Amino acid sequence: MTTPQTGNIQSGDPIVHAADISLRYGKTLALNKVSLDIPPRRMVGLIGPDGVGKSSLLSLVTGAHAMQDGTLIVLGGDMRSKAHRTKVCPRIAYMPQGLGKNLYFTLTVEENLQFFARLFGHNASERRRRIDRLTKSTGLFPFLNRPAGKLSGGMKQKLGLCCALIHDPDLLVLDEPTTGVDPLARRQFWELIDNVRAEQPQMGVVVATAYMDEAQRFDWLIAMDDGKILDTGTPAQLLEKTGSSTLEAAFIRLLPEAKRAGHKDIVVPPLTQEDENDIAIEAKGLTRRFGSFTAVDNVSFRIRRGEIFGFLGSNGCGKTTTMKMLTGLLPPSDGEAWLFGKSVDANDIKVRQQLGYMTQAFSLYTELNVRQNLQLYARLFRIPESEIGTRIDEMLKRFDLTGVAGEYPGSLPLGIKQRLSLAAAVIHGPQILILDEPTSGVDPVARDSFWELIIELSRRDKVTIFITTHFMNEAERCDRISMMHAGKSLACDTPAALVKERGTETLEEAFIDYLVEADPLPPPDPVQIAPPPPATEEKPAKSWHFPSIFNFQRWYSCCWRENLELLRDPIRATLALFGSMLLMLVMGFGISMDVEDLTFAVLDRDQTVLSQNYALNISGSRYFIEKPPLLDYDDLDLRMRSGDISMAVELPPGFGRMLEQGLSPDIGIWIDGAMPMRAETIQGYVQGMHSKWLIEKVSQRTDWGGTIMPANLETRFRYNPDVKSLPAMVPAVIPILLMMIPAVLAALAVVREKEMGSIINLYVTPLSRAEFLLGKQMPYVLFSSFSVLLLLVMAVTVFDVPIKGSVLTLLLALLLYCIVSTGIGLLASSVTNSQIAVMFLTMIGTMLPATQFCGLINPVTTLEGVGRFIGNIYPTTHMLLVSRGVFNKALHFADLYGPIISLAITVPIVLGLGIILQKKQAS
Amino acid sequence: MLQKIKNIFFLGLKELWGLLRDPLMMGLILYTFTVGIYIAATAAPDSISNAAIAIVDEDDSPLSRRIGDAFFPPMFLRPERISLPEVDPAMDRGDYTFVLVIPPDFQRDVLAERQPEIQVNVDATRMSQAFTGNGYIQQIVMDEMASFANSSNLTSYLPANIVIRNRFNPNLTRTWFGAVVELINNVTMLAIILTGAALIREREHGTLEHLLVMPVTPFEIMVSKVWSMGLVVMIAVAISLSFIIRGLLQVPVEGSVMLFMMGTALHLFASTSMGIFLASTARNMPQFGILLLLVLLPMQMLSGGMTPRESMPEGIQWVMQLAPTTHFVEFSQAILYRGAGLNVVWLPFLLLAVIGTVLFLISLSRFRRSVAQIS
Repeated sequence: MTTPQTGNIQSGDPIVHAADISLRYGKTLALNKVSLDIPPRRMVGLIGPDGVGKSSLLSLVTGAHAMQDGTLIVLGGDMRSKAHRTKVCPRIAYMPQGLGKNLYFTLTVEENLQFFARLFGHNASERRRRIDRLTKSTGLFPFLNRPAGKLSGGMKQKLGLCCALIHDPDLLVLDEPTTGVDPLARRQFWELIDNVRAEQPQMGVVVATAYMDEAQRFDWLIAMDDGKILDTGTPAQLLEKTGSSTLEAAFIRLLPEAKRAGHKDIVVPPLTQEDENDIAIEAKGLTRRFGSFTAVDNVSFRIRRGEIFGFLGSNGCGKTTTMKMLTGLLPPSDGEAWLFGKSVDANDIKVRQQLGYMTQAFSLYTELNVRQNLQLYARLFRIPESEIGTRIDEMLKRFDLTGVAGEYPGSLPLGIKQRLSLAAAVIHGPQILILDEPTSGVDPVARDSFWELIIELSRRDKVTIFITTHFMNEAERCDRISMMHAGKSLACDTPAALVKERGTETLEEAFIDYLVEADPLPPPDPVQIAPPPPATEEKPAKSWHFPSIFNFQRWYSCCWRENLELLRDPIRATLALFGSMLLMLVMGFGISMDVEDLTFAVLDRDQTVLSQNYALNISGSRYFIEKPPLLDYDDLDLRMRSGDISMAVELPPGFGRMLEQGLSPDIGIWIDGAMPMRAETIQGYVQGMHSKWLIEKVSQRTDWGGTIMPANLETRFRYNPDVKSLPAMVPAVIPILLMMIPAVLAALAVVREKEMGSIINLYVTPLSRAEFLLGKQMPYVLFSSFSVLLLLVMAVTVFDVPIKGSVLTLLLALLLYCIVSTGIGLLASSVTNSQIAVMFLTMIGTMLPATQFCGLINPVTTLEGVGRFIGNIYPTTHMLLVSRGVFNKALHFADLYGPIISLAITVPIVLGLGIILQKKQAS
Repeated sequence: MLQKIKNIFFLGLKELWGLLRDPLMMGLILYTFTVGIYIAATAAPDSISNAAIAIVDEDDSPLSRRIGDAFFPPMFLRPERISLPEVDPAMDRGDYTFVLVIPPDFQRDVLAERQPEIQVNVDATRMSQAFTGNGYIQQIVMDEMASFANSSNLTSYLPANIVIRNRFNPNLTRTWFGAVVELINNVTMLAIILTGAALIREREHGTLEHLLVMPVTPFEIMVSKVWSMGLVVMIAVAISLSFIIRGLLQVPVEGSVMLFMMGTALHLFASTSMGIFLASTARNMPQFGILLLLVLLPMQMLSGGMTPRESMPEGIQWVMQLAPTTHFVEFSQAILYRGAGLNVVWLPFLLLAVIGTVLFLISLSRFRRSVAQIS
């Protein structure tokens, strides 16, 4: 670690210069006219309570968030200027708040690193060299093939750091990088940063942190509160100014009077236990396996009522799984757990009433505001309606949430969200509190006030507390702690006893000692860190010298990564492939325009040979099925209303006689008009059969005196001589399927990144919107092209509908069409932020137009109004023309270039709109 | 018990709050049930309309011109006169659905009672128009011929007439039908997306797991989603039915709106349960999206709303009995157009209730497991 230099800022131009910058989210003012100069080549710490604007400041500095007021110069240029942001992006590395927020969890360590390395334009050998060097120096090398989602929290953060460092940035911005990371991993993390800085002394590092012991190591500190800068200086200067011995104390002293009020040092009164056998939580041989992986291995403990029991261990060591078994969320594979002597039962409501639970990741509702969340939880925990108001006020006050009672959690900083979760966990005064890292990301003052509450609950109300933490000062406050590693409990005793047993000075050292002893893997390989990068001369070839509008390698990088993600979710791909084949089967056979098997009944009031012969004529056709005869008009009415018959034939009394006498009797035909298309078809059939019957009778009985028509009409049904549905429907179903499925897949692929947070990579890397979207689109285009082939083969083999025209023309059009349909998905994704909304929007935008306005059933020329307009411009219309043309009409490119050109023109329009509407910065 | 109802109520209230907070979703819902329905209903052509037709008139006599003049909007576009060699390329391009070819010396042959032949070429890939359009052409030509024959004192009359009356929709106005079909489609789509996707979202964000640690049962969580999202769709249906379908589109409703709403409620129970069922099967949102398409598309196209069910293959008819939309379409047409009462529609009502209950129970039994297996 470089020794803190003087607080003199003037040693070089500031790396960041801010003047009067403000930022608001809706009504909340996150930054209030902040002016600041950050000196270069330093490790700069940003400290302050939760929600004072630390993250906001960092997201402005990195260009992730759009500027509002003020001036911000980063690395010598204005962050308002798009040109400058594009230029400077590759020189800034940003690790956002939250474990592995910028990583892709289904991708392996290697693949994540490859993705980022490609984004920054390194060639294959350079990528290999950098990845090997970084992973070896961080100890990630043995895990190159492990999916990022399966890494422990500390490893995720190391990987995040590796990804950030892959391109030798000039400014490294870390937002609470060690929150939720165990002490050993934290120590390794900072060693890593020191090594990097030793290698690249030019690099500036800005870190926001909640750990004051970490801040102690920084060169220069910025203390923030309430959107403003309180003070800046070296740690020594700050200590001196406030006259405190530790930074934690100094920080508290820096706070305004009002916030400091009520803060006092924590004292834990000893646990007075009358009855040693009053056990609240007990576990015996608790084991949980996921496949071949044992997450929790034979863990046992007994926790007395009112005890504060701490669970320590690295991330992913099985703490959360143990908690889930205690709460009944997961059934144990082996062993048993008891709460108050009763075996844990997922269906036991009574026990759950006494339980307070806080999950590691925020799990309250972001669509409800703070007060509404508490209200909901109070009600679900059956607090009497009359007490709810006072209880909520009490909680808001206790957790210092009064000011944000009307805010929605989504816009709140991590620390405040944690406090809200805590408030929700204790609102009903539970007997047992199970808290999974409740204080991760919470500032020191709030942590202390939280512990006051814990202690009060435990000692005064005899609430049993089961807690996991990464803060050693918190672990020391526990009555007993259990140290876990790789699913096993290493030791379980009072903090003092553990320290004594290990013979170390602090609990932290004792803990690390246990971990190192348990884990045979040596942490980072020290040999690998030392050699400086041999290819420093290569630096000028860095990506920022590439033209930034569209870079093929970056595009490929996105494409490659999306492809991997698609492959990692084989269920999705199989579903989509087999789904479209299944849909084609169902719809090809199912959508039938051959109206057949229509039901009808006769009201024969003549009952002569002729009238019966007339009815027989109808029932004999393949179109109609005769139902029992009608009795009277009431019967006709009832049976038609119930849908029993679609047509009724009424033969008048004296039908036969009138016919013989040439009196032209009227035959009544009643048709159910509820379904107009069917009614029309029936009309056509009946008219045809009527004239056929007459002609037949007339030719038999010349004495009737009628002649046949003066001219004949001969109808030729072309292209589809039997007027069968199948040859007409199959070529039409293919374009419809290829519109919806690719569009939904592509749309979700983008919005998923927005919802999960990895969209930040678009904001802070040199990736342009075009590269990002087109890269993501490509795998889906390929995928759809593959399903094109499957569907065509199916059409020819299963449905026996031959392709009469030019196959190449059809393939060309379908390829263009797949690009358009995935493009429509991207377009939908650019205006939405949630997966539900985008799914809904894509459905509305594809299903309705494709099935109704594009000529599937009614030709576009017959449509009216807006539907006609949509039909004319919608790509499915053109695709249907090509598809039916090639399939049924034996056409070739020369006949079909019109619609193909229309499709080709649609491509740049749809993609261009999608790219323009997508945002490059959060706002 | 009381607590159960309270939990269900408050959890449902939470769903409603969440939806209110999402202006985009609210806008989309409003759009689909107003503008969307209006567009879809008015786009559907009234029976056969604006059919593209061309005539090859090789006779060019008063009679052949008379036949040509008999085709006019709205049923047919004004016929274009083309020459015989143009017929094939024009039909290949899809310029015309129908081409009439009147042979040379047509009028002379008619007067000589030689029964000449008019040829009608039909583009049979345009299924919906091919058949009915041909029927209309036959009728129009025959009418012209008949009146020509009368004026020329040719003996020609029909020994019997048929009088066709279309019940429930005398002019076969397609808007009536299109509007209700679109309403049905939207109801189903929205019900499944709202519940299913909301459930997956809760799972992906961990809120569901949190609820399961509290004194709340899966049953309560599921029922709360069913009632709240069902209510949203019910309100949308009511608005759409009264303001768009009956108001703007002037569709006359024969039967009881109350009965229809009751049926809609049953359908919503079935389709929201289906949404939950699909969500409990899918592991993530993209999978759910595909499943949704897999289920929704056949339900929309094969439920009898687009083409008559009785004409579909037996197997598909049977499978579609399992789809709630089939029954929804059935009773909607019965109630709204034919004015049917409960005595007629009790069976689809009952079947909807059964389908809903079965889906609900299956989802309930696998609820906990599906929460544990998030990927």
